[in-house]
Amino acid sequence: MTAAYHWLFVPLTLGLALVMAVMETIYVIRKDDFWKKTAQYWMKLFAINFAVGIATGIILEFEFGTNWSNYSWFVGDMFGAPLAIEGILAFFMEATFFAVMFFGWEKVSKRFHLASTWLTGIGASISAYWILVANGWMQNPVGTTFNPEAVRSEMASAQAFWEVISNPVAVSKFFHAITSGWVTGGVFVVGISCWYLLKNRQRKFARASILIGSIVGIVGSFAVMLSGDASGVHAAEFQPMKLAAAEGLNDGGRRAAFTIVPGIRIPGMLSILATHDIDGYVPGINDILNGYTDNEGNEIPSVAEKMAMGRKALVALSLYRSTDDPSEKAEARYALEENVQYMGYGHLEKPEDVIPPVGIVFWAFRFMIGLGMLMLLELLVVGWLAWKDKLTGKRWLMIAALACIPLVYICGQSGWIVAEVGRQPWTIQGLLPVNVAISSLSAGAVKTTFFLFLAIFTLFLVIEIRILIGAIKKGPETSNE
Amino acid sequence: MATVWHFYRDSFRNMTWGRPLVWLILLKVFILFAILRVFFFKPAMAGLSDEERSRVVGERLTGEHPEVGDPVPVPETYQP
Repeated sequence: MTAAYHWLFVPLTLGLALVMAVMETIYVIRKDDFWKKTAQYWMKLFAINFAVGIATGIILEFEFGTNWSNYSWFVGDMFGAPLAIEGILAFFMEATFFAVMFFGWEKVSKRFHLASTWLTGIGASISAYWILVANGWMQNPVGTTFNPEAVRSEMASAQAFWEVISNPVAVSKFFHAITSGWVTGGVFVVGISCWYLLKNRQRKFARASILIGSIVGIVGSFAVMLSGDASGVHAAEFQPMKLAAAEGLNDGGRRAAFTIVPGIRIPGMLSILATHDIDGYVPGINDILNGYTDNEGNEIPSVAEKMAMGRKALVALSLYRSTDDPSEKAEARYALEENVQYMGYGHLEKPEDVIPPVGIVFWAFRFMIGLGMLMLLELLVVGWLAWKDKLTGKRWLMIAALACIPLVYICGQSGWIVAEVGRQPWTIQGLLPVNVAISSLSAGAVKTTFFLFLAIFTLFLVIEIRILIGAIKKGPETSNE
Repeated sequence: MATVWHFYRDSFRNMTWGRPLVWLILLKVFILFAILRVFFFKPAMAGLSDEERSRVVGERLTGEHPEVGDPVPVPETYQP
């Protein structure tokens, strides 16, 4: 929930960073003050969003220590290293380039200022990468070994670190998150610009902003589709239960159909999306419960078998930590290493525990895709009409563009639900279920801290929206043509 | 260094619409670190050495789980 709240601010930061960088580039190339003022206006909205969004992520780090202490210890340096790099990088890049971007208009050269604007956006994106390296590892824990002595996951070598940072799940998540931010930024810019057109204000500014916003949003939309395709393939490979839940697929098979909505299906489409092969096998929920043979011919054990292996791992861990006999210790370590990849299954009570809330994931997936397609359509239509200068009089379209602003947030949050609710019950896929990852706190204590955070930060959100609306009403400093 | 210092100092002094945003950030950081962190988000394993943390998490991992010999329930066919 806290991460979802943080995610309210991040996409707009990423998207507006690109929009204003493109606008300033046009200013530097054309030497036209109109583009400078246009870029400055969106920079102002960027700053307001940034000011309120900044540090909402810090609360997550507090929660790791308070609510997720077992998890925090278990993940060890694997989680600490990327987050530390993110923190240091974000601080230095933002303290320098962000400051130059806001304060340096008349104090540094145009090119240096432009470089600072681009580097602010690039810095924010690189920060996101390190966060998603940590998140990607939770979805696909590669590159680490479990140390039974310390009860931690450790990166043993530089090679392991490389495996962690090049984790395919992290890479596809990164591109998916960044480019969805471009869509959010594009839809936001187009929507606000349409509001000016509805008010018959700042027409030149609004049209120019719609053109840039729609191009950024359209490029982002196609990039989201490509990265989403990669995410789908990775889900099929590393988290098949998440994909089965997102599709509501009880019984899988070859030439699996993609469900648009219940009752409307495209034969073979799911196999194509998940495996890039119409004859590719996609396991359903029951196949995963009972075991199946994957597309490489590997026999995937049933959940019951994984649970048995997980229990062996936990008993071996217990013996390893309690015995002083070297031969017993060696045997226990061997048994642990043989079964460690299923260690988390040892905590489950019954096989069905591996099924996430299917209804939530299924509908969130449909909201994400449906709203994403709607955003692309809106950007194409409004962008095209702005290009042809034919938006005048199309009030309904401008109202629709304005209404798309909340919808693009719902779209982004739906994606977050698919990714995070879809991987339940795991905190770390296959290794650590949520009920073991959490601290020994009462539910009441966790609720108290969460709702306290929610109340305080919602107050900040209300303040942001008020400042944002004030800035929008005031408008840019371009002439009111 | 002096140039950099003057750049930041003069920029903050001459801020117009950005001033309330800076106060907002400072207020938020204060709430985060001086109130939430101190009174509500105390680390659950604060004060423990690394060895003690390993023991606590190890006991949590191995303490409450079904035993190896316990039968695993046969899954029923999933029906939404």
